[in-house]
Amino acid sequence: MKVTVSVNGKQIAAEVADRTLLVHFLRDVAGLTATNVGCDTSSCGACTVLLDGRSVKSCTVLAAQADGREVTTVEGLSGDSDELHPMQRAFRAEHGLQCGFCTPGMVMASVSLLAENPSPTEDEVRTALEGNLCRCTGYHNIVRAVLAAASEGRPS
Amino acid sequence: MIPAPFTYKRASSVEEALNLAAQAGEDGKFLAGGHSLMPLMKLRLAVPETIVDIGRLGELSYVREDDGHIAVGALATHDELARSGLVGSELPLLAHAAGQVGDPQVRHCGTIGGSLAHADPAADLPAVALALGATFRTRGPSGSREIVADDFFLGLFETALQPGELLTEIRIRKPQSAGWSFQKFTKRGIDWAIVGVAVQGANVALVNMGATPVRAAAVEGALASGMGPSQAAAHAADGTSPPDDLNGPRAYREHLARVLVRRALEESAARA
Repeated sequence: MKVTVSVNGKQIAAEVADRTLLVHFLRDVAGLTATNVGCDTSSCGACTVLLDGRSVKSCTVLAAQADGREVTTVEGLSGDSDELHPMQRAFRAEHGLQCGFCTPGMVMASVSLLAENPSPTEDEVRTALEGNLCRCTGYHNIVRAVLAAASEGRPS
Repeated sequence: MIPAPFTYKRASSVEEALNLAAQAGEDGKFLAGGHSLMPLMKLRLAVPETIVDIGRLGELSYVREDDGHIAVGALATHDELARSGLVGSELPLLAHAAGQVGDPQVRHCGTIGGSLAHADPAADLPAVALALGATFRTRGPSGSREIVADDFFLGLFETALQPGELLTEIRIRKPQSAGWSFQKFTKRGIDWAIVGVAVQGANVALVNMGATPVRAAAVEGALASGMGPSQAAAHAADGTSPPDDLNGPRAYREHLARVLVRRALEESAARA
């Protein structure tokens, strides 16, 4: 079927098989390979992207379900700017990544969290990231990064 | 992993969804949020020939008061239920349990109607619907009907829904008793419950203690005869047939059920 998805603000249209998953549409059709396929069973969160602004696991969404909707991947977080998004800056500053495989999903889940709850407690950050697994077990610094990004976003 | 080939159809009204499902016949499946069905399709445990996507039917996405009931549209997501002020104040059991399903990404997509129609005995909301004494409104080829939750869950992934029949609304009478509790035991936050318990007033329902979500009839009977929480909870596994699997043998689940029911009854009593 013909699917048209706004990916990072750009319309991507393609004829794809009905069973195409959103993550494969992003990687293979849109050519955006930051979004990883991890567990492929909607457990690990490595494939997390924003669909109409809210976090979803793109390995469990059909491209057809995203037809006509807006997807944001980590590549599109800071728009056309050369600057990193505040969440990306916070992950770098707080050493919120080791091997980096879970990072795009962690960042997108964290951006979605702050959109819903701009000032989360540490407990709320940990709970909100329960659907994102880090095999390096770097959770402490990831949580620190999200809290730092939240505090940067608050008027002082 | 990708699903086996299927034909995707998107409905723009309930009427169209019913027509598309009728054309698809027994090998068609409705797709709501897809977070129960899609994982099974990727594992090829479900191989529908036609998918009828109802995910954009705004007419099925609502929560409202209606004649002493709370009426929940089948496409209300777990996230919407968890955040709804109306559900939070009138049906705190549902709001709380919906907020415990999966993880935020799953709750952004998964719907109450999808979870109920899928009827996984390890899912949270079917047992919650039993404890709340919910009634399900459906539309199908032969018209509309209502099915009470106690008559809905027939077997493993099997419900009273006929082929092509669509669950459209979940109706729940405002509870008389304020007491409620939801307990589930998992190894990791995002896991399905190894065992779970939903309590609303004198109603007690169990997650993953059989091929379907079940009322803990022996516990309800014990409570009705005047037993206290810990005595009644000793009957939690009576008449159940929990699975024996990687997450634990049957005896372990029976033990968990007794412990969780006791905790749930105590918490519910403290809230009443």
